[in-house]
Amino acid sequence: MRDALGAMQSVLVLGGNSEIALAIVDRLIEGRTRRVLLAVREPSSAASTIERLTAAGVSASAIAFDALQPETHAGVLTAAFADGDIDLVISAFGMLGSQAEFDADPLFALQAVNANFGGAVTSGLIVADLMRRQGHGTLLMITSIAAMRGRADNFVYGATKAGQDLFSQGLGDALVGSGVRVVVVRPGFVHTKMTDGMKPAPFSTTPDKVAEVVVDGLAKGRELIFAPSILRFVFAGLIHAPRMIWRRLGG
Amino acid sequence: MLPGSSSTALPSTPPEPAAELAHPRSTELFGWGRTAPTAADVRRPTSAVELRRSLPGSNPRGLLARGLGRSYGDAAQNSGGRVIETIDVDAFTVHPAAPDSDHVLVTAESGVSIDRLLHSLVPQGLFVPVTPGTRYVTVGGAIAADIHGKNHHRKGSWCDHVESLHLQLADGSVVEIGPTQDPELFWATAGGMGLTGVILDATFRCPRIGSSRLLVDTDRAPDLDTVVELMATGDADYDYSVAWIDLMATGASMGRSVLTRGRFATAEELDASAGTDPFEYRAGVIASAPPFVPGGLLNKLTVRAFNELWFRKAPKLRRDELQTIPTFFHPLDMVGGWNRIYGPGGFLQWQFVIPFGTEATLRRIIEELSAAGCTSFLAVLKAFGPNNASPLSFPAPGWTLALDIPTGVPGLAPLLDRLDDMVVEAGGRIYLAKDSRVRAELVPQMYPSLDEWRAVRERVDPHRRITSDLARRLSL
Repeated sequence: MRDALGAMQSVLVLGGNSEIALAIVDRLIEGRTRRVLLAVREPSSAASTIERLTAAGVSASAIAFDALQPETHAGVLTAAFADGDIDLVISAFGMLGSQAEFDADPLFALQAVNANFGGAVTSGLIVADLMRRQGHGTLLMITSIAAMRGRADNFVYGATKAGQDLFSQGLGDALVGSGVRVVVVRPGFVHTKMTDGMKPAPFSTTPDKVAEVVVDGLAKGRELIFAPSILRFVFAGLIHAPRMIWRRLGG
Repeated sequence: MLPGSSSTALPSTPPEPAAELAHPRSTELFGWGRTAPTAADVRRPTSAVELRRSLPGSNPRGLLARGLGRSYGDAAQNSGGRVIETIDVDAFTVHPAAPDSDHVLVTAESGVSIDRLLHSLVPQGLFVPVTPGTRYVTVGGAIAADIHGKNHHRKGSWCDHVESLHLQLADGSVVEIGPTQDPELFWATAGGMGLTGVILDATFRCPRIGSSRLLVDTDRAPDLDTVVELMATGDADYDYSVAWIDLMATGASMGRSVLTRGRFATAEELDASAGTDPFEYRAGVIASAPPFVPGGLLNKLTVRAFNELWFRKAPKLRRDELQTIPTFFHPLDMVGGWNRIYGPGGFLQWQFVIPFGTEATLRRIIEELSAAGCTSFLAVLKAFGPNNASPLSFPAPGWTLALDIPTGVPGLAPLLDRLDDMVVEAGGRIYLAKDSRVRAELVPQMYPSLDEWRAVRERVDPHRRITSDLARRLSL
């Protein structure tokens, strides 16, 4: 159960190798979290994480989950919830891809849409239904600051995240009164394996810093979290900047 | 059951096979602290027969009875399951008694509130055996939390005054239990947080009183040592005793308190100005908190100022002041929905008891709270008397301190975790009816007889069909 100060006892991570999600988990296990389920494409890939979590006194295990096989989501997630209440689901899977790759291979771009947006929709709806039956739960959707405005150098990725972000906002509103909450996290540029070699954007951050902001936001009952927090104010302005100026900034 | 009708015989018809009640609804519920809401299929039976038919339920997430929702955390929530609100099941009977007996027996259905009881009992020269700081608790809740009040040092807790009760078990059967009828199940139900079954009604002893006024002595104590000394040496002379302590005071005035102690006055002791009716009882809500209050209204400055004012307005020493029942016992009930003043983030109450002889720990805890500048309104300090046989009942001989804290206080979670450790180390415990955040692994240390209680629950509800969010969170 979630407690009065926002601590969670059990967590399911969709995309259990995500550095941001694991940084969040690392902070949560300092609090009340004692059970962690990692949903990953290859369960063996989470072995070292499970070892580390187990050593910290957490009951940790991995389950097979593939964002690109939406027809399997209901079975996998229902089984995960059957083992006991899940207080927090972190939806952290996704692929980044470069705009150049997408330009060269539109079907690869479609795959990103199917994973980042399609997978978030199927798994999100299923998690929402399972949590509604449970009468409580928090679905943490990690979207991106790229969801806020299309940019020449990442508009396919940005569009997938914009879809996920908008879906999550509406889902959260639809769940009001059900004991279930949806929290949207929009990180800026985060230094991870996924972004290795890319040119960092302004206000770049690290998984641990994102985790700090997220755990604080969860405790305070926030519905929308920016990481770093200053991006909320930066984008409050940028969202209205004339296209010409935005294009130059994005260049 | 119409409000105001006070002596309907309890129905004795057996429950009929599970007829579903009309209009099930899924509703978000939270405790008095307004934190961690969860949704449940909430039913509100209007008679004892309907209440009995609410069980057994087929919901896989089980069932729980809920009274007036005054427990602070998640004790009266059952996420995804069924919650039966008992507050419309509220008939009660005052049994005839010899005029010279010191108490009378009252049988009340579980949804009867202390508020309703007092409106009926006080004009008849009777009082409830125990009242907490609010009269908006039900008889069922009073048993489930084994509530205590200002008279614990002399009279124990609520369940010490219960002769018998009817409990509907998870399988739908109804048993009558009491201190001499299946005492194990009775004491597991006393303080059992509603997890042994649904309490249908209870018969308990209500004391006679000489009037509806109290003779109250007030002592203003400049620091913690003084108030502890006053209570340790003087409480035995009073029926009721409690100290309000200013946790924001630091340095030499750390622990400064206003101690109020008293007893019911006799009719002869009332002065003429008190009116002609010695048992007059008027209690109501004189103001309500607005429906929405922004967060942050209670901050260090406002709370410090309030506490200062409150301490200074108290007399240094006053004797034999006449006070009414609401003023003496239920001052906060005069403000309706006062829990909303903590804003949308809600608040929690932390209440512990530690044994006599561990006053050094009491001092260290108060030091930590004062140093942290917890924006806590007046906290309550009291010396408990002996405990009873219940494995999960909270009161035990020693010092109990209760304080309300808004959830937004920075660093609150680790602070309270540290203080919990100090409480456990001193051999103490926290109160489950107030809890919303303790670590589950500490509960067996705080309640060493937990396994005895679990064995009784295993006997009456092996499939855990009666459960709550508190039970889930603490793995009870």
